[in-house]
Amino acid sequence: MIEKKIAGYNVLCNEQGYLTEPDQWNKEIGLELAAEEGINITDKHWEVLEYLRNQHKQEVAITIRKVGKSGIVDIKEFYQLFPDGPLKKASKIAGIPKPVSCI
Amino acid sequence: MKNLLILGAGTSGTMMANHLRKTLAKDNWDITIIDQEVNHYYQPGFLFMPFDIYQPHQLRKTVVEFIPKGVNLIKERIQSIDKDNDKVLLYNGTEIKYDILVIATGCKIAPQETEGMQGDQWYKSVFDFYTFDGAKNLRDKFKTWEGGKLVIHICEMPIKCPVAPLEFAFLSDDFFTKKQIRDKVEITYVTPMSGAFTKPMATKELGHLLEQKNINIVPDFNIEKVDTENNKIVDYGGKEIEYDLLVTVPTNMGDELIARSGIGDDLNFVPTNKTTLQSNIKENIFVIGDATDLPASKAGSVAHFQAEILTDNIQLFIAGKPLKEEFDGHANCFIETGHGKALLIDFNYDQEPVKGTFPIPGIGPLRLLEETRLNHFGKLAFRWVYWNMLIKGISIPFVTSNMKLAGKKTEH
Ligand SMILES: Cc1cc2nc3c(=O)[nH]c(=O)nc-3n(C[C@H](O)[C@H](O)[C@H](O)COP(=O)(O)OP(=O)(O)OC[C@H]3O[C@@H](n4cnc5c(N)ncnc54)[C@H](O)[C@@H]3O)c2cc1C
Repeated sequence: MIEKKIAGYNVLCNEQGYLTEPDQWNKEIGLELAAEEGINITDKHWEVLEYLRNQHKQEVAITIRKVGKSGIVDIKEFYQLFPDGPLKKASKIAGIPKPVSCI
Repeated sequence: MKNLLILGAGTSGTMMANHLRKTLAKDNWDITIIDQEVNHYYQPGFLFMPFDIYQPHQLRKTVVEFIPKGVNLIKERIQSIDKDNDKVLLYNGTEIKYDILVIATGCKIAPQETEGMQGDQWYKSVFDFYTFDGAKNLRDKFKTWEGGKLVIHICEMPIKCPVAPLEFAFLSDDFFTKKQIRDKVEITYVTPMSGAFTKPMATKELGHLLEQKNINIVPDFNIEKVDTENNKIVDYGGKEIEYDLLVTVPTNMGDELIARSGIGDDLNFVPTNKTTLQSNIKENIFVIGDATDLPASKAGSVAHFQAEILTDNIQLFIAGKPLKEEFDGHANCFIETGHGKALLIDFNYDQEPVKGTFPIPGIGPLRLLEETRLNHFGKLAFRWVYWNMLIKGISIPFVTSNMKLAGKKTEH
């Protein structure tokens, strides 16, 4: 684990830059992480990010399919918002762990 | 007389029938198990069938021969569960009342979820190996295939035995090398995850394997459709990958009976308590194996650990006592890496795969997270263990349902 300063806040991250304590996240941190990924955040982005954070809080495994059925975006739109690997990018910006498989 | 009803007589249901008949008093409890199939398949063997390592007859036995005396087997398709009235409805119209229900209906491939997958190229240039038919057809295809672009592909997570597609890639490398056409076969591994390995320890220890075996990898690929006219798969972001032979793992879903009963999530998995295996649907309904929505691996070895805990919890439930919160997501899997070697991994909900020895701390004889010949024999021996011990509910020596950390190197 690494301590990092993002948007002026001290947060804990793993080596790949994913926050390890989702409670340390706030919108300013989200904005800066998005900028690092070259993403300009719109209201739609925030809606998706809130949805992901909620799912994570409820310990629900997050999948592309679930996002596509969330009622917020369909999968195509999710890709437009977070191009190339939307799930991992959106998770990073939302301050939740990267989706992993068993190994 | 009370009735305990088990839905599904695959790996988990058969284990539960064997465990429960030994523990529930015969004069108080009837046990009934229902399955639509005549045959019980050893699914881990499907991985080997395309490469002619196992023959079809080695992977198929009858359901009935593993159901213990004193358990009533009904061969019929299940229509739905009526949880409010504690009964199950069968296709032939029969209703069965239960006091306790165990859902063990597993999961299966759903190629219809992906546009273009199950068209006229299904079992011609597009195959699965997660079913008996798929694996057998692929074996026949491999017999005459002269090479080209072999694309091994996962549609979406979760899938049962999440390492099987990777093993398939390793075995393909081995198979075409032995056939002396490896130079004519380009192997590409396509995954919706961020890599073939996603956990840091496994990435570090195993990352080199793909390169070493000359297997290309395309990560972060979420399939939108199979374009069978132009032989390519297309992802939502517009990426395209050409194939001559596509070996895909379609979306895995629980049985439609779960949807018909209105109790599942969007993939027909049943919401289940992570540690007790009681369903979140109703207190007299329990769930085991691939049918659950747990973030554990969907594997026979996991079901084996769950069966021991669930047997205890059903007894506690009957006695009106609090349930044990013991299931920790423990899994151990052999990963076939080809050329007569395999890896062994051991992990749970919180602990990622680690190095060390298994099952006896410090001694082994099996080595975790390392490619060895002995692990390969362990994988092959698993078939014998499966038919002769596992589904009969006989404990496997030294292997416990909770993960043990002794003998394992957990710092990294
Ligand atoms: C290619 C492959 C490789 C694998 N490799 C491994 C491995 O190396 N190690 C490992 O541990 N695991 C492995 N697995 C996973 C393992 O086979 C499964 O996790 C295990 O079989 C799950 O058991 P289950 O009882 O939950 O489901 P299943 O064994 O699939 O049983 C479900 C049963 O329910 C019945 N059923 C479902 N719906 C209905 C209905 N409506 N009416 C009547 N009956 C119904 C089905 O007919 C079936 O018999 C592999 C699986 C595959 C496909």
